[in-house]
Amino acid sequence: MSKLSYERPFIQKLNTGSMNKFGTKTEFAPVTHLDGVAVSRLIEQYGSPCFVISERQIRKNAQNAIRAFKTRYPKIQFAWSYKTNYLSAVCNIFHQEGSLAEVVSIFEYKKALQNGVEGSKIIFNGPDKSEADLTLAIDNNSLIHIDHFDELYSLVGIMEGSSKKARVAIRVNMDTGIYPMWDRFGFNYENGQAWNAIIKILAHKELELVGLHCHIGTFMLSTSAYATAAYKLCDLAANIKVKYGHAIQYLDLGGGFASTNTLKGSYLQGADVVPSIDDYAEAITSTILNANFHQDELPTIILESGRSLIDDAAWLIGSVVATKRLSDGRRATIMDFGVNILFNAFWYDYKISPAQEFTHHTEDMVIYGPLCMNIDCIRENINLPLLNKGDQVVVHKVGAYNMTQWMQFIQMRPKIVLIDMEGKTHILRENESLETMMELERMPEHLKSVK
Amino acid sequence: MQINKNIAISDSGFIFNPSSGDSFSTNNVGLEIIRLLKENKSKDEIITEIVTKFSTDASTLDKDLGDFFLMLRSYQLLSDND
Repeated sequence: MSKLSYERPFIQKLNTGSMNKFGTKTEFAPVTHLDGVAVSRLIEQYGSPCFVISERQIRKNAQNAIRAFKTRYPKIQFAWSYKTNYLSAVCNIFHQEGSLAEVVSIFEYKKALQNGVEGSKIIFNGPDKSEADLTLAIDNNSLIHIDHFDELYSLVGIMEGSSKKARVAIRVNMDTGIYPMWDRFGFNYENGQAWNAIIKILAHKELELVGLHCHIGTFMLSTSAYATAAYKLCDLAANIKVKYGHAIQYLDLGGGFASTNTLKGSYLQGADVVPSIDDYAEAITSTILNANFHQDELPTIILESGRSLIDDAAWLIGSVVATKRLSDGRRATIMDFGVNILFNAFWYDYKISPAQEFTHHTEDMVIYGPLCMNIDCIRENINLPLLNKGDQVVVHKVGAYNMTQWMQFIQMRPKIVLIDMEGKTHILRENESLETMMELERMPEHLKSVK
Repeated sequence: MQINKNIAISDSGFIFNPSSGDSFSTNNVGLEIIRLLKENKSKDEIITEIVTKFSTDASTLDKDLGDFFLMLRSYQLLSDND
């Protein structure tokens, strides 16, 4: 006689009260395949945990964003935000879809060059550019977005007596009605600092002011803030045209579009509150089209979207290490991935799905990572089936920042795998090993022995 | 170890404790364990019966039973009779 299938014994007190007005949760619907590839196969082949990226979803997101803007405005250019995810393969998918490279350090700048991006197609942002960095960017005819007066004067010094021209823009910070206001980067619009910077640039013939840039925040839930930002950039561009007869070639609205992840503390799910890419496009393009640009001098709109284009194109798959009962009776589930590789768990309530079928019984639990650190908590409260040691799970929408902000702390960082358009898998980054870590360490001779 | 004898158990895993008015839900394995407890079976006897009937091993069940008994005690469905 075959035995009945076993499920950990479970008992739950039934509480009366008002139902959740959104109905019962469905987070525990199993996700057994990613882009047609079985999660169990991925873990067997590449280990657990493992990041999995979908080429199909990246291309879909990139094309959808271009469609949203190009159907509203004739001159659109996206620039891939390297810091969001600078895996070379990911960058090159965006470059193949027509994106420039938007970098914020010389490391990212050189990575873009190594990826095969022409220097003239690199936007160099960020507050830390050395004179050597600036010289390299000038030689490559890159777009240099000046962050502060020290950088501006460095550029003037470098360009003195040069026959070349540096293509520059300034980063403008401004009040767009959102809090907190991002004013640490660039020059302020309201107090006239931005205008002063513009005057100084225009006074130096070796600097060519080609654009105006802003980056008003991150995970922006308000499209009107972009309309305000676009209006203020248009105002600066119009004043430059009127007073100096100089036409600005592009307005760079930066990034900050939200993904559909759910922020911690949010009452509603991310998908219900986040504006669509079309909403952002409408706010920005309608403002610029309504500004008084001559038809022949419409500036190109550059967008440096990162998060909204990559977050939902990657998953983290992992396994249950153990389950235990906390002192207050709550279930705790320990996973083999933690905040070390899922840094954005500090801000998001990540959706987590089991990767195998379960019964209808579910329980509330805390999800912890494998670190011996109290901060290592992935979800403070989530309702999932009765997970057991070895069960596999899928964490959704992890593509932005986790693979750049992750840290080698206590555990080694895992493999990153791409599922291509044909459903084939490729390793994009190997997992770390002891050898990887020791490669950079040096041992003084007198410390080589522990005796 | 003594299960509260006057609790009502349905075949679908619904449990009602008339002395407190509390109701609970349990799964198949939990239901089977509570039935065995009502028959005054010891922990070892429960393990033997469950391992015979369900596809699990004694060590897994021993670990899970510890947690299950903890929850039964916290819900005042199980008491120590010694």
